[in-house]
Amino acid sequence: MNALEIAADVRAGELSAVAAVDDALEAIARRNEELNVFVHVDREGARARAAEIDERVARGEDPGPLAGVPVGLKDNLCQTGVPTTCGSRILAGWRPPYSATAVERLLGAGAIPVGKTNMDEFAMGSSTETSAYGPTRNPVAPDRVPGGSSGGSAAAVAAAMVPVALGSDTGGSIRQPAALCGLVGIKPTYGLVSRYGLVAFASSLDQIGPLARTVAEAATCLEVIAGHDPRDSTSLPEPAPDLRGHLDDGVAGRRVGLIRELVEGADPEVVAATRAAADALSAAGARVIELSIPELRLGLSAYYLIAPAEASSNLARYDGVRYGLRVDADDVTAMNVATRTAGFGAEVKRRIMLGTYALSAGYYDAYYGQALKVRTVMIEAFARAYEQVDTLLGATAPTEAFALGAKVADPMAMYLSDVFTIPTNLSGHAAISVPFGRGATGLPLGVQLLGPARSETRLVSAAAVLEAGREEA
Amino acid sequence: MRDGWEMVIGLEVHTELLTASKLFCGCANAFGAEPNTQVCPVCLGLPGSLPVLNERAVELAVAIGLALHCTVAPSTFHRKNYFYPDMPKDFQISQYDLPINAGGYLDLSDGTRVTIERAHLEEDTGKSTHLGGTGRLHDAERSLVDYNRAGVPLVEIVSGPDIRSPEQARRYAAELRAVLVATGASDGRMEEGSMRVDANVSVRRPGEPLGTRCEIKNLNSLRSLQRAVAYEADRQVALLEDGGRVRQETRHWDDGLGQTSTMRVKEEAEDYRYFREPDLTELVPSEAMVARVRAALGPMPAERRAALTALLGDAEATGDVLDTVIQGGLDAFVRAAIEEGIDAGLALARAANELGDAQGAGRLDVPAFVEVLARESAGRLSATQAKTVLGDLARAGGTADDAIAARGFVPMSSEALGAVVATVIGEHPGEWSRYVAGEDKLAQFFIGHVMKATHGQANGQAVVAELETRR
Ligand SMILES: [Zn+2]
Repeated sequence: MNALEIAADVRAGELSAVAAVDDALEAIARRNEELNVFVHVDREGARARAAEIDERVARGEDPGPLAGVPVGLKDNLCQTGVPTTCGSRILAGWRPPYSATAVERLLGAGAIPVGKTNMDEFAMGSSTETSAYGPTRNPVAPDRVPGGSSGGSAAAVAAAMVPVALGSDTGGSIRQPAALCGLVGIKPTYGLVSRYGLVAFASSLDQIGPLARTVAEAATCLEVIAGHDPRDSTSLPEPAPDLRGHLDDGVAGRRVGLIRELVEGADPEVVAATRAAADALSAAGARVIELSIPELRLGLSAYYLIAPAEASSNLARYDGVRYGLRVDADDVTAMNVATRTAGFGAEVKRRIMLGTYALSAGYYDAYYGQALKVRTVMIEAFARAYEQVDTLLGATAPTEAFALGAKVADPMAMYLSDVFTIPTNLSGHAAISVPFGRGATGLPLGVQLLGPARSETRLVSAAAVLEAGREEA
Repeated sequence: MRDGWEMVIGLEVHTELLTASKLFCGCANAFGAEPNTQVCPVCLGLPGSLPVLNERAVELAVAIGLALHCTVAPSTFHRKNYFYPDMPKDFQISQYDLPINAGGYLDLSDGTRVTIERAHLEEDTGKSTHLGGTGRLHDAERSLVDYNRAGVPLVEIVSGPDIRSPEQARRYAAELRAVLVATGASDGRMEEGSMRVDANVSVRRPGEPLGTRCEIKNLNSLRSLQRAVAYEADRQVALLEDGGRVRQETRHWDDGLGQTSTMRVKEEAEDYRYFREPDLTELVPSEAMVARVRAALGPMPAERRAALTALLGDAEATGDVLDTVIQGGLDAFVRAAIEEGIDAGLALARAANELGDAQGAGRLDVPAFVEVLARESAGRLSATQAKTVLGDLARAGGTADDAIAARGFVPMSSEALGAVVATVIGEHPGEWSRYVAGEDKLAQFFIGHVMKATHGQANGQAVVAELETRR
């Protein structure tokens, strides 16, 4: 059932929130063992909250735009008292004493978190296979990965366990799994959604965003979680944008740039789907031109210096002293080493090493410093493109969902699946992935619409056009 | 210092700021609470928490910068990365290439000027207690960490390598402490650790390039600072004169042993991997805020010293007494006393010796101070009594009248004093004969006995007067 229908029915007193939550819990029970989507299900908490929502409705109150809507939370989002592991052994058993701002806002809108979804360890991965709690399977094709790192959140929606889920996107971690699972996923403008309570991977790149089946559901969810938060110094000063009011704006007269660098090297079906999306936008009245932004090719290498550098610092606190895993040893340094050795998986260790190296004396200028310059160059290149067009179009991922295990042994191949999504994180801009077309084996594909900072209203209206175009096609 | 050598000293002073809350969260910034009671997700560095800059801390940092004649400029925060259990995030948020204050100076009372390279904002760490072993981390059986101090705002003030003697190092630290207290940014308490001093010391032959320096830590008082710098310079000179080489290292001052010893050598020193703190935006102090802080700054010690010196005129005052009065914030007391006609020398002496380094003015107010000195000058209180009453007032406050009455210090009538003097003379006929014969220095002998008999209530001058009438 659609989140907006659930909310409407719950607010009207025609559906009980308890029933909606029970449906979700039942769907989870049916397929979670097979798919490994939720790493923690908060049955009691969810049902208690649902009962509260029903009481409020009975008292004549309006619990909000997501009243009674079961939601999934990526396991790097803090919710008071609910285990939060980030897919890592090192945080096994840790229960945060506070909730993320985005989670608080969901609760404030009447939504009901039903549990925490699986993810690549500390969001480092593109397939949800680096999780210490085992890989998640793609509900559309269980021998395939759901993408990552928000693969659990994508799978939860794709398996109809919940209508919406929150993910986080550092280099494509919402958009790529959305594409691979046939969903809508939004990477908001950096600072639009507060990061307070999102366990950091790379602080200058991380953004929380929604995954849903439809543009309208994703837009509604984003509206709820967006807006200034004084607890995040990088939070934008403005309140949340009106997205629902712009879903039907269309794209007539809009200038769209099809970006060569955001399709090159992709599977032929992906290229074809992106061109078909361009046609759909043209048909709806947009003027589509082809553009090249060669600087985007530098994104991947800059990202794999900046993100690991920040991660090496962000993940230092997992030292066994205060919370999470502790492996005892003779002295404190040995304890730190033993804890981190046992607690982190191979990919996390690889990136901590990479980041530590990139920031080290003698290497900083050549690696991290250089990557920062590339980031500036890329932001300037985007700015030039946005002088010519309002919106950019490209593929979300170069392939359809790949087989479980196919890229585990080859980090470079894995990293390349984010090549089209990374530039938006480096620029801090907004992007949305919408399902469009099918891959060689019939699996869903996604296309990406990109816009400058705070362009979410335009992006959701263009995405709605593609959504409608897909249904007609 | 041995002939032919020059020492080069630079000091790094950390001061905690007197804010109500910590630098990046709302937890109380207060000393002495139960361990780990003033903590929250932010200052414990819990996963997902984010820092939000305390604006009051920025204002106090600007106040320090202005008082030290620095340029206040747009600045950024960096992460200083290293593993240590008392650092909750295993990095410290500090300032690196763009500090909020840079390029100032501090003039000392001896006429020298020490440049200030920078005065930047950063967060404090928690506090570790190591049980067992030598009390240091590496061989402790257990370590306990109190995170109440984690995230307390600090300003680190880095001097240029301009200091040339242990005495000047002490003067600089004392004057800087007075400046910090005068800005209202710090209480300057070294014993509570709210002001901490590290010293960089090297030696060279005059005119030669800078020698290899050692950094000395654990300097908990001005006296330790002066002793440690002197010891360290001597150690380096001895090493060099024996044909050895100074190794760049961090050294620990042991106040009991009176020596420095190796803490860690440069080769082991960490690479802090500084990079811009992505969770904080650029810190740009507004012109309006800087102007407001500047307008609110009271007179600094140098200005107050000049004002007091002008008032003293010809009165004798050594630099040390004057420094004690100015740095102790006692000049208002001295000025008020002089304006009431009290002898400047007496006012300086009572302020410096009774209220100076030992305890400060405490709860004593200016009118009470002036009243006590007025009575002492008028012979209605003895010197001993005046000192006692000043001590009482500093501890407990109140009026001079009440404090004097509480001690029962009523001035002796001349009849009563005369009776005591007569008794003392009667008990010491031999000394009295010699005194009458012209041995004037025996006056002290009689004063001493009269004081003893009156429990210090007699006025020395009045005793001499009584002796003279009987001579
Ligand atoms: Zn706190």
